[in-house]
Amino acid sequence: MPVATLEVSAPLRMLHWLYPVLLLGCAYLIIPIIGTNYLFEAILLPFLALSLAGVGLNILTGYAGQVSLGSAAFLAVGAFAAYNFNLRVEGLPLIGCIVLAGFAAAAIGIVFGLPSLRLKGFYLAVSTLAAQFFVQWALTKFNWFSDNSASGVIDAPLLSVAGVAFNGAVRRYLFSLTVVTLLTLFAYRLVSSQTGRNFIAVRDNEAAARIIGVPVLKTKLVAFAISSFIIGVAGVLWAFTYLRTVEPAGFNLDRSFQILFIIIIGGLASIRGAFFGAALLVVSPLILSRLGSFLLGDLFNSGVLEMSQRIVLGVLIILFLILEPDGLVSLWDRIRKRTIARLKKR
Amino acid sequence: MSGFDWQFFLEVLIGGLLSGVMYSLVAIGFVLIYKTSGVLNFAQGAMLLFAALTFVSLVERGVPFALALIITFAVMVAIGIAIERVVLRPLTNRPPMTLFMATLGLSYVLEGAAQLLWGTQVHGLNLGIDDVPFEVGGIFISQFDFFAAAVAAALVLSLSIFFRYARVGLAFRAVADDQFAALAVGLRLPRIWATVWAVAGLVALVAGLLWGARLGVQFSLSLVVLKALPVLVLGGFDSVPGAIVGGLIIGASEKLAEVYIGEYFGGGIESWFAYVVALAFLLIRPSGIFGQKLVERV
Repeated sequence: MPVATLEVSAPLRMLHWLYPVLLLGCAYLIIPIIGTNYLFEAILLPFLALSLAGVGLNILTGYAGQVSLGSAAFLAVGAFAAYNFNLRVEGLPLIGCIVLAGFAAAAIGIVFGLPSLRLKGFYLAVSTLAAQFFVQWALTKFNWFSDNSASGVIDAPLLSVAGVAFNGAVRRYLFSLTVVTLLTLFAYRLVSSQTGRNFIAVRDNEAAARIIGVPVLKTKLVAFAISSFIIGVAGVLWAFTYLRTVEPAGFNLDRSFQILFIIIIGGLASIRGAFFGAALLVVSPLILSRLGSFLLGDLFNSGVLEMSQRIVLGVLIILFLILEPDGLVSLWDRIRKRTIARLKKR
Repeated sequence: MSGFDWQFFLEVLIGGLLSGVMYSLVAIGFVLIYKTSGVLNFAQGAMLLFAALTFVSLVERGVPFALALIITFAVMVAIGIAIERVVLRPLTNRPPMTLFMATLGLSYVLEGAAQLLWGTQVHGLNLGIDDVPFEVGGIFISQFDFFAAAVAAALVLSLSIFFRYARVGLAFRAVADDQFAALAVGLRLPRIWATVWAVAGLVALVAGLLWGARLGVQFSLSLVVLKALPVLVLGGFDSVPGAIVGGLIIGASEKLAEVYIGEYFGGGIESWFAYVVALAFLLIRPSGIFGQKLVERV
């Protein structure tokens, strides 16, 4: 009955937009009123930046199937490029700096994506580590990138767009939220476009993709470029809205793994997944530290905390890979479906 | 070329080759597991740290050297079996990349556990070998490096003999060749995997002790994996001779580059130089030096 499906699908499509719009409304209108400073500084700002980085990596790894272990390098490129554009180009507005920083990260991404034209799988994953080490080395070694500050530390400039200053936690949060929302929308459009389908085709079967006319080499490089662009912008948010003072050492291998873990836990090839994963990765250390000091008292010092965080993170990864390979997203969808079914029964 | 100091060049070269052997030692642990189960085991570095830290802590608590060695080995075997049961078995028939990510998680668990158990401070480790250079034909060679190279050579030799003649070794090769065929002739895959992980634990122990004596036993020990990865890319993930030759090439080129061209980059290039060498090589020969399977090319 085609008529019936049409009738059902119209409200369904409404529903499709309802949740994100509600969520955004809540994020823009309610959270700034009820949120505490701690909520913004310790949870929401890192959450937004890491989510965006997760979205970026998910495009490369989840959709295009190219595993990258060098995401932190692109975060760093974004952060340091935005800093330098802001410092060295007179009168360039902040938005311009961020966009140019994204392009800088994309350019570096293409360079380090070149091995993907010949390498696959583990060999490629290992070769992306080259980006990680090279970028970190270059930023520490050449003081020019950090305007000759000691050990490459940079301070975020004042954020202002069209005369409106984004100082203070709430305003920085709104700024970050806007950037993340725009890029996430772009990512949603991208993955359902022809380019996004090319990504999936290359991931699932390269030979088949080539036969049906997908330009495989170009697709891979485009994936690296777009992914690095988004991760680069996430790096700007990380440095400018969250930490405000960053050094190259902060963009180490652990950070790269953290972003990879976000998309594994959240769900590979799911834009929403990056947000779920980032939420868990930002919140769980905080809960763990509260819980640990509550249960063990003074025995639970910072060393023990750090080590138990590592263990919990590792166990989480293994558990998710074994029990829920599609990540929190599929868990969430299942729970939602079940609740809706139960509600309908009543 | 009259101004070129050949003796100095040789000294750097030999020093590089010997430190390359240390890289090979770590790389062999990877190769063993990759060959038999198709997993790139990122946790190899964490296993190395765990072994070295356990050994040092036991010795510091007054356990005799030999006994500490045996206990540590037993612990590593237990860990190997546990990994097989808890992590690998539920993940059979999953894509290799999933298994790789699981070993990433595993490395976090092992690093955390090792330091939670034994603390995070740096331990010195003395294997009773003086690190004094000796002279051969006017060239100074580090005694410790020489010893490490000898140990690595012995390890490789015994592993090759084991693979060639021992029954379990034959089973390893059968599994590496074709898992389904191996299952069909009645080999017990879980048991073989557990054994492989135990052997990898032994390799981690040996490598951990040598590296630990060199760098001190501490967290950064687990980062030697990052040195071994370009060696693997160069030599092929599934080749023991590849790991050796790759290690030698990486070790030598890294040292030579640091001495001769490092100054043009402001020094400190060893963190990424090995990767550049490996990538440049792969552009010419995508399967590595001795890699069996062809890397899928575009």
